[in-house]
Amino acid sequence: MCPRCLEWLRSPLTVRLALLVLVSTGLIFAAGALYTHHVARGLLLREVQANTRNLARQTVCQIDAVLQSVQPEPTLLAQCLTAQGPPERTELDRLLRALVAANPHIYGSTAAFEAESCAPYYYRPGSGPIAFSDLASEQYDYRAQDWYTVPKELDRPSWSEPYFDAGGGETWMVTYSVPFYRERDGRRVFAGVVTADVQLDHLSRFVADLKLYRSGYAFLLSRSGQYLSYPERAYIFRESIFSRAEEDGDPAKRELGRRMIHGEEGSVRVPSRHLGRMSWLYFAPVAASGWSVGIQFAEDEVLAGLRAMNHTLLAIGAGGFGLLLLAVILVASRVTRPIRQLAQQTREIAKGNLDLRIPELRTRDEVGDLTHSFENMRVALKEYIANLAHTTAAKERIESELKIAHAIQRNFLPKRFPPFPDKRQFDLYADLQAAREVGGDLYDFFLLDDGHLFFSIGDVAGKGVPAALFMAVSKTLIKGVAEQHRLPSQVLDKVNYELAQENEELMFVTVLCGVLELATGRVQYTNAGHLPPLRLRPGQGAAWVDLPPGLLLGVDPDSRYATRTLTLAPGETLLLYTDGVTEAMNAQQALFGADRLRALAAQLAAADPQVLVAGVIAAVLQYSGGTAAPAGPIEQSDDITLLALRYRGPPPDAEPGRSA
Amino acid sequence: MGKGRRIQLQILLAALLAASGRAAAESAAAPAQVTFLPHWIPQAQFAGYYLAVDQGIYARHGLAVTVLEGGPRRPVEKALPAGEVTFASHFLSAALALRDGGAPLVHLAQLSQRSALLLVARRAQGIRSLRDLDGCKVSVWPSFTLQPEALFREAGLHVRILKQGPTINLFLRGGVDAASAMWYNEYHLLLNAGLNADELTVFRYDDCGLNFPEDGIFTRADTWRTQPDVCRRFVAATLEGWQYAFAHREAALDATLRRADAAGTGTNRAHQRWMLDRMYDLFLPAQPERYGRLQRADYDRVAQAMRTAGLLRAAPAFEEFHVPALP
Repeated sequence: MCPRCLEWLRSPLTVRLALLVLVSTGLIFAAGALYTHHVARGLLLREVQANTRNLARQTVCQIDAVLQSVQPEPTLLAQCLTAQGPPERTELDRLLRALVAANPHIYGSTAAFEAESCAPYYYRPGSGPIAFSDLASEQYDYRAQDWYTVPKELDRPSWSEPYFDAGGGETWMVTYSVPFYRERDGRRVFAGVVTADVQLDHLSRFVADLKLYRSGYAFLLSRSGQYLSYPERAYIFRESIFSRAEEDGDPAKRELGRRMIHGEEGSVRVPSRHLGRMSWLYFAPVAASGWSVGIQFAEDEVLAGLRAMNHTLLAIGAGGFGLLLLAVILVASRVTRPIRQLAQQTREIAKGNLDLRIPELRTRDEVGDLTHSFENMRVALKEYIANLAHTTAAKERIESELKIAHAIQRNFLPKRFPPFPDKRQFDLYADLQAAREVGGDLYDFFLLDDGHLFFSIGDVAGKGVPAALFMAVSKTLIKGVAEQHRLPSQVLDKVNYELAQENEELMFVTVLCGVLELATGRVQYTNAGHLPPLRLRPGQGAAWVDLPPGLLLGVDPDSRYATRTLTLAPGETLLLYTDGVTEAMNAQQALFGADRLRALAAQLAAADPQVLVAGVIAAVLQYSGGTAAPAGPIEQSDDITLLALRYRGPPPDAEPGRSA
Repeated sequence: MGKGRRIQLQILLAALLAASGRAAAESAAAPAQVTFLPHWIPQAQFAGYYLAVDQGIYARHGLAVTVLEGGPRRPVEKALPAGEVTFASHFLSAALALRDGGAPLVHLAQLSQRSALLLVARRAQGIRSLRDLDGCKVSVWPSFTLQPEALFREAGLHVRILKQGPTINLFLRGGVDAASAMWYNEYHLLLNAGLNADELTVFRYDDCGLNFPEDGIFTRADTWRTQPDVCRRFVAATLEGWQYAFAHREAALDATLRRADAAGTGTNRAHQRWMLDRMYDLFLPAQPERYGRLQRADYDRVAQAMRTAGLLRAAPAFEEFHVPALP
């Protein structure tokens, strides 16, 4: 596309719309006007040509009528002279005078004889009486005149070329000559001619008087192309159409002249020197004399009406265009004003000013819809951003709470391994993989005295900071109570009582705890709603440890817990865990399950506690995340806590019986 | 016109001017009153005379020339022998015939070097060569029978000769098969009556061994005897006038048309232009040194033909007839 078009396309909508409408309307208008002009011009010219043709034919008829009316008298006289021979001179004079008197068109007449020199001429000079002139004079030499020689040589009546009859009629005239004959030796011999003259003025006035439109005119050409009548008097009897063609260097005019004098009828469009512009010429022949009548008129005069109509049409068109332009500009600016406003407002909105209200449009058109949609979008956007801020704040709060919960959990659990490097009787390892939302799992171990190890594992029902706090409280209580009461059931009785008191939050915790007598491997244990641990015997697999029944801590202050006892052989391991292990889920929502744990633990029965714990955690994490869906690893939903305690047997130097 | 020819013309003109200057000095006091009668009506055939008057060329030569209106009502045949005019132009043959009839004329200068007489016929009637004229009706001007009759006699043609009137209408109307025409006049009238050149067959007498030079300047023998200087100055000024006319053709046409209109001859510029152009062709043929001079061979040819035709009893000696009016 050309650069100019591109520039135009970039120009404002109003301008483009106005231009488009105006150009299309202009083209339609111009096409209509051109077609109308063309058709009207054709109709007009055809009409005018028909009129001109009629006019030319009418003029020809008028001339012909005069010429025809002159012919009978000389014809009759010639017939008489042929039949009866020359009459007496006085009789001849009387006949000629009567001939002239009989027909007002006849200017003069003679009977000119071949043998004897005799040519009496009667004519009417001016409007006076009939006069006489003898043409049989030496100067005149009638036998050499065209009016005499032509009919004689052609042997038939004929009209002469127009001539000035010097020495005869002394005027411009045309002569009709009829030969007459006499008998000599049985042969018909030419004896002379009888003539009748018609004054040329008499004929050319039919043409000279003709007026057409403002400057249209008619002209008359003789048989040889001479101008017999023409608006420029200087042409008459001097110029011929051929001499003008030669002087003007106009071969077409010469060709036209030849058509005219050869008796053709027709019309041509030619430049007129006389009118100084393009003209139409219609021409028709005068049969009797071989002349041609031409009627010429300026084309623009004929088309003057059409031109006036065109001017009016143009004025109407121009006015219409003006109105149209105004209307288009008005409509276009009205249509585009809301769009322009909208564009301005959306620019503001794009800058971030979402409070800018987009005024509602009353119109129900597309622009109204667009404005409405924009307003909806703005409102929705504003709401969304408000929501986003709210959500972000909430999220941030939760995140910080979680951090606190994690900190509590982390800080309250013992993390030093091996915890008692000087105690060779056991190995202990524990780990807690906290969930993103803290699950409230807990584990603990400490030496009650030199020969007894207290260990516990628990799970607060609940999540987050409250669970962490409850966990901290539970752990602190357990430790505090355990230092006073050696029997695990007593510890839990006491702790339960404390927790259940004023437990307005209704927080609960499961706890499994026990005391290992280092010297013997005897374990006293109790349970408050926790999952049974696994007892691993190297070479014999893993077995669930029977647990005494016991309600969760914090439910009922009067709950009582029972203590059970088992004895670990050296190399045996107790594996304690929370439900984060067995209830870990894979992508298909299937649980890790207790059986899978037992199988795994059995495989790892001989391993160190640390290896055992790490192996189980790895297996659980792999289970819950390893077969992850493409969306990514499933986030661990609960704390995963494991505590493994392996009894290694009393040291060689140990004093048996010191335990309680 | 060739360059050499132009130089020759200029030399000639210079010589004429020198001669005229001398002559003018001789007669500066009183210009000689003379009259000139052209042998036909006012037309471009006489443009040189008109311009010699209008441009003051005659006056510079010490002449006060009155150019009279010629034509059938004032024939040279009567006016010059009667001494009504000082100088006259006429056809060489006509002048010879006049002299033979007793008029004491002498020949001063010969403007036309070629015969302009033609015979025209329509090609459409099948007339293409001279032989085709056998048995035809041919119109001939009574005063120009010499060349046609010689032609028909020599070619052995039997034609019916008709007397040709003052117009060409008889031919145009088909009353005759062939008609006489002057190249510079009637031939062009035929063209301007709508006939095209290619529709006409033209026989030129100068092509048929019948080149009779036409327009010459004549005076009475006694004028030449008593006023040879006036005669010489008239000839020199006339030749100069013609040179001027050929060099200024529009001015020549203006001068001609003014006189033609005054005489009411009813002609037009196109026709006079044609005529002037043909005058140039007739007056200044191949050899410019012949300008204005009568060649002995031409004279002999005309005289011999006239004697043969019985139009001349005895031809005068060339020197007796053609007096040395040119330097």
